[in-house]
Amino acid sequence: MRTAWIIANREYKRYFSTPAAYAASFMLLLILGFLFYNSLLGALFSQFAPGVDIVLSPMVFLLLFISPAITMHLIAEEQSLGTIELLLTAPVKDWEFVVGKWLGGFMFLATLVLVTLIYPFVLNFMVSPGIDQGLLVTGYLGVLLVCSAIVAVGVAVSSMFSNTVASFFITLGIMLLLWIISAPSQSGGGSNLVLSYLDFRSHIYPTFMAGVIDIRDIVYYLSLTATFLFLGSVFVETRRWR
Amino acid sequence: MIKVEDLTKDYGARLAISNLNFHAERGEIVGFLGPNGAGKTTTMRILSGFMPPTSGRATIAGFDVVDQSLEVRKRVGYLPETVPLYNDMTVFDYLRYLAQIRNVEDVDDRVEDVLDMVNMNTRIDSYISSLSKGMRQRVGLAQALLHDPEVLILDEPTIGLDPVQIIEVRKLIRELGKEHTVLLSTHILSEVQQMCDRILVINKGQIVAEDTADKLEERLSGGRRVAVQVAGSGEGLDSVLQAVPGVEDVSHMGEGKAEFQTAPGVDSRPQVAKALINAGYDLLEIRSAGKSLEEIFLQLTGDSETSRRDDEPAYWSGRGNEESEDDEDDDDKE
Repeated sequence: MRTAWIIANREYKRYFSTPAAYAASFMLLLILGFLFYNSLLGALFSQFAPGVDIVLSPMVFLLLFISPAITMHLIAEEQSLGTIELLLTAPVKDWEFVVGKWLGGFMFLATLVLVTLIYPFVLNFMVSPGIDQGLLVTGYLGVLLVCSAIVAVGVAVSSMFSNTVASFFITLGIMLLLWIISAPSQSGGGSNLVLSYLDFRSHIYPTFMAGVIDIRDIVYYLSLTATFLFLGSVFVETRRWR
Repeated sequence: MIKVEDLTKDYGARLAISNLNFHAERGEIVGFLGPNGAGKTTTMRILSGFMPPTSGRATIAGFDVVDQSLEVRKRVGYLPETVPLYNDMTVFDYLRYLAQIRNVEDVDDRVEDVLDMVNMNTRIDSYISSLSKGMRQRVGLAQALLHDPEVLILDEPTIGLDPVQIIEVRKLIRELGKEHTVLLSTHILSEVQQMCDRILVINKGQIVAEDTADKLEERLSGGRRVAVQVAGSGEGLDSVLQAVPGVEDVSHMGEGKAEFQTAPGVDSRPQVAKALINAGYDLLEIRSAGKSLEEIFLQLTGDSETSRRDDEPAYWSGRGNEESEDDEDDDDKE
């Protein structure tokens, strides 16, 4: 675990010296800022007090596109540069390597998410008697769980490729698929329980965003994280056998 | 220290190494010599714990490279063929990161020590992306030394270095070889000759010869071949030479030049020199013309050896009728 933490730390620091991470952060904050302004105008016009959801709802959707850009290089780049040979011949277990990469990516994405706290902070002064603090806490907790799962998917995919572009699109594809995965059960009359359980949206919008903390949703995101981290370790190990 | 038994690795259709057997003891520098694609890198990757073999066994310091991989990796310093560097880090940060991963004590001191060893202490705060190829190679070597490993595995350690750096690195490796076990690969023949206690010649995944450089030369050339040169046309030279005991197989090599073979174990050069001077010749040169390591190497590895034997020193630059593999070697030669 010590080794995983060292790797995570290095990855976290690395984000602050790569233009890709800045570009992704810039786009997220720009679009969120624009939507925030738009929602405020809308609320003013139709006379209702906006809550924290005007920030969080679009953010979850935007994260689907931002996080692949943040995770795509994590392992793929080590493979294309050959530096993976360095870490896999050091006394580092395969899972420590994968968990370290995931943790580094997660910490950066979490930092980015926490920066957006500025919007509810501003909003708190604009509405009376202030925004609902409970919704703020559960909403952000949900978003962090979402981040954990998306980064795990990204790391697993990244471990399969030595090409970052391929890694980006496969991660994005998997995330979009998870986003719409319950569609068949809705079109078919809500019969397919497995697919509707897997739906990425249904575990955050009706619950965390509405102030509900349900253990099933926490289990969903954490088990997604664990599954993909496991897959990532397996991919790294099979790479040795090739 | 290193023990390899029946090691085999196949990449699907291609057999990279087959039934490799060798060993290396503490304080020994073993040179792995072979053309590109002979299986040197594959063997080194297996020994460093990067990939498992298809079959066979390899142990380092008594630990199995597959079953006790982590123990092996703690004891091995490995410099891969493509130097694994992060361009976005400074030399110091890079080494510090790896030292932490390897759980080295007194990280900062150790980093400075290894940078001193490879003579890179002036560029400690430079970004790796700004370094020249030779410097990058030396940082890669520093990385392999961080945890003071018992076994050093160096895949072409002197590639890309300028002559001064090559001498420095060779000196460093010889120094390290006193206490550590060093396995290094190269296709530069003079390098193994100068640095290694023992040479393993590998070709097409198999060891074709194993000995010290001197013995390898002697064994394969069978006796000593000597060339002499005298002033003038050297008329009657051949008959004078033939009269000296122990001299066989005299051949005339041109104006005042001749070559002969001495019987195995006999050095007839002093007698030859005396005989020539007594016969009134002005002796200009007498030298050993034994098969060079290059020739031996070609004899061991090449199929086209006979065609090359006659065309004198340009053994390595046999362009045109050679496979592209050898041409690559040519470019890399010092």
